[in-house]
Amino acid sequence: MNETTPILQARGLVKRYGHVVALGGADFELYPGEILAVIGDNGAGKSTLIKCLSGATVPDEGEIELDGQPVQMRNPLEARAMGIETVYQTLAVSPSLDIASNLFLGREPRAPGLMGTVLRRLDKRKMRDEARRHMTELGILTIQNIGQQVESLSGGQRQGVAVARAAAFGSRLVILDEPTAALGVKESGKVLELIARVRDNGLPVILISHNMPHVFEVADRIHIQRLGRRVAVVTPKTHTMNEAVAIMTGATEAGVHGYEQVVHDAERHDAKGTADTLQQLDQ
Amino acid sequence: MAEEHRRGLRRLIPAPQGAGPSPGTGGIEAAEARGLGARIHDILHANAVIGPAIVLLLAILVFSITADRFLEPRNLSLIVQQVMVVGTLGVAQTLIILTAGIDLSVGAIMVLSSIVMAKLSADSGVPGLLALLIGFGVGTACGLINGLLVTRLRLPPFIVTLGTLNVFFALNLYYSKSETIRGVDMPDLLLWTGNTFNLGDTKITYGSLLMLGLYGVIAYALSSTAWGRHVYAVGDDAEAARLSGVRTNRVVLSVYVLAGLICAVAGWFLIGRIASASPQAGGTANLDSITAVVIGGTSLFGGRGLVVGTLFGALIVGVLRNGLTQSGVDVLWQDFAVGILIIVAVAIDQWIRKVKA
Repeated sequence: MNETTPILQARGLVKRYGHVVALGGADFELYPGEILAVIGDNGAGKSTLIKCLSGATVPDEGEIELDGQPVQMRNPLEARAMGIETVYQTLAVSPSLDIASNLFLGREPRAPGLMGTVLRRLDKRKMRDEARRHMTELGILTIQNIGQQVESLSGGQRQGVAVARAAAFGSRLVILDEPTAALGVKESGKVLELIARVRDNGLPVILISHNMPHVFEVADRIHIQRLGRRVAVVTPKTHTMNEAVAIMTGATEAGVHGYEQVVHDAERHDAKGTADTLQQLDQ
Repeated sequence: MAEEHRRGLRRLIPAPQGAGPSPGTGGIEAAEARGLGARIHDILHANAVIGPAIVLLLAILVFSITADRFLEPRNLSLIVQQVMVVGTLGVAQTLIILTAGIDLSVGAIMVLSSIVMAKLSADSGVPGLLALLIGFGVGTACGLINGLLVTRLRLPPFIVTLGTLNVFFALNLYYSKSETIRGVDMPDLLLWTGNTFNLGDTKITYGSLLMLGLYGVIAYALSSTAWGRHVYAVGDDAEAARLSGVRTNRVVLSVYVLAGLICAVAGWFLIGRIASASPQAGGTANLDSITAVVIGGTSLFGGRGLVVGTLFGALIVGVLRNGLTQSGVDVLWQDFAVGILIIVAVAIDQWIRKVKA
């Protein structure tokens, strides 16, 4: 693990809105094949952080590297072109379009030949087939329903469509903003399974969530944001929910229990080292 | 690199077998047996044009009984001619309403374009084809102004087009000096849309044929091109569409520009229909076009509807007015009936839009 380059890395991100400092030098790493949860209290700067990483906002200072290469993302489209797909909290899908249309919205394939170039005809069959394949790959659809309007789906199924779209087109990573916030218990479970499957299929995931049980159920590592900075990176194996919340709210200052060491290890891309350190600390 | 290897693998690795469409995966269950109302709801939800089609057939059926001459080819042809102008404006209005907008200026754009075409050719000696194209250009420019005000200044379409309705209409009065231009002063091309050819015993105007062609083209564009999907997506939820990578402003602008052009085409049809160009023509055209769209099952809230529904909507109004006249009913009851239809159509739309639990 030590030599692995982070898929996405940020150093010293600063973002100010007038006098308000939303990000005060935040760092960030996402490694291949992991689900990284980002947690933080309201105002901790996690939305701003995610906006910077998804191209929705340009940071005032700091660097972002993708696969070790410095990048600048001026808008979400540029981020998407680089293989970063984002699923937004509430605005995930277009209800009156069918599943296939939603999956391909904004990048519809055209039919081959003159029908496509002159008449600009969509390749509807390809859209249906590909959509079906992606949905089946993620185990979220029985095949005959691909032409169904999204509004006839339940909230969890809609979120499934949104996640499937991101997974289908994200070549590097997927960012999910509060994917379970509007869902019931059972549906949340399904979406969490789906997220794990996206990771298992090889795509790293950034998961922003307020819901600690969900974070602890599915995340490999947890980035804790507080007062515009990353204060710690912990793992569900080494920390309890209460401990994570304590760090998040500032009840436990980073450093007191050796969390800086944890951050240090995390920065060296050393997940195992992180775990070991934490175990030692616990003893 | 390891991550590249993983990325490559992603395409190859099938979903874990045990975790296929198992109970925990959110497979979409088939609709269970439900009540009659719910089933009707489902059908209408899946296809919003069925309602208007049934109403149209019913109206034709009733009037063919109550009025002897209703089904005569001559009368049916007349209905289509009467619908030609409003039906064409309805295409423009449908596009705009699909984006969750509204265009109160369609009638004004139509009249202004028709006056420009007629006056250029009749008074300034511009050749017919050039005058026609300049008229189309004027309509397109009007649409562009509407579109820019909506997308750049972010003003509500209702306000923008309420304003431009007055501006365009005033320009029309200014340019025409409030005078009607007679058909005899115009080149044949401008009057051509009112000319007829015989199909069996029935006289059909070229304008109505062009109108049907226009419906075909727009129906194709909406159903089978990426642009069409984007029009629906923008009307459905503009923010979601934007975040999906749809350039929403560009889509909305293109819709207003196209609508402007279609209004100018309607202006051409209008000249053919009344065999002159009058600055006072088409006074009720705005509301009539909205009526056709609404009765045709397109939702005023955007994102839902079919352009062919508007054709049905325009024909329903045409059939109703014609049939009631033929049946000897006082004209005021025509308005009464159309009014009821509008309310029923929107009530049905509200019901259809309710998403099942």
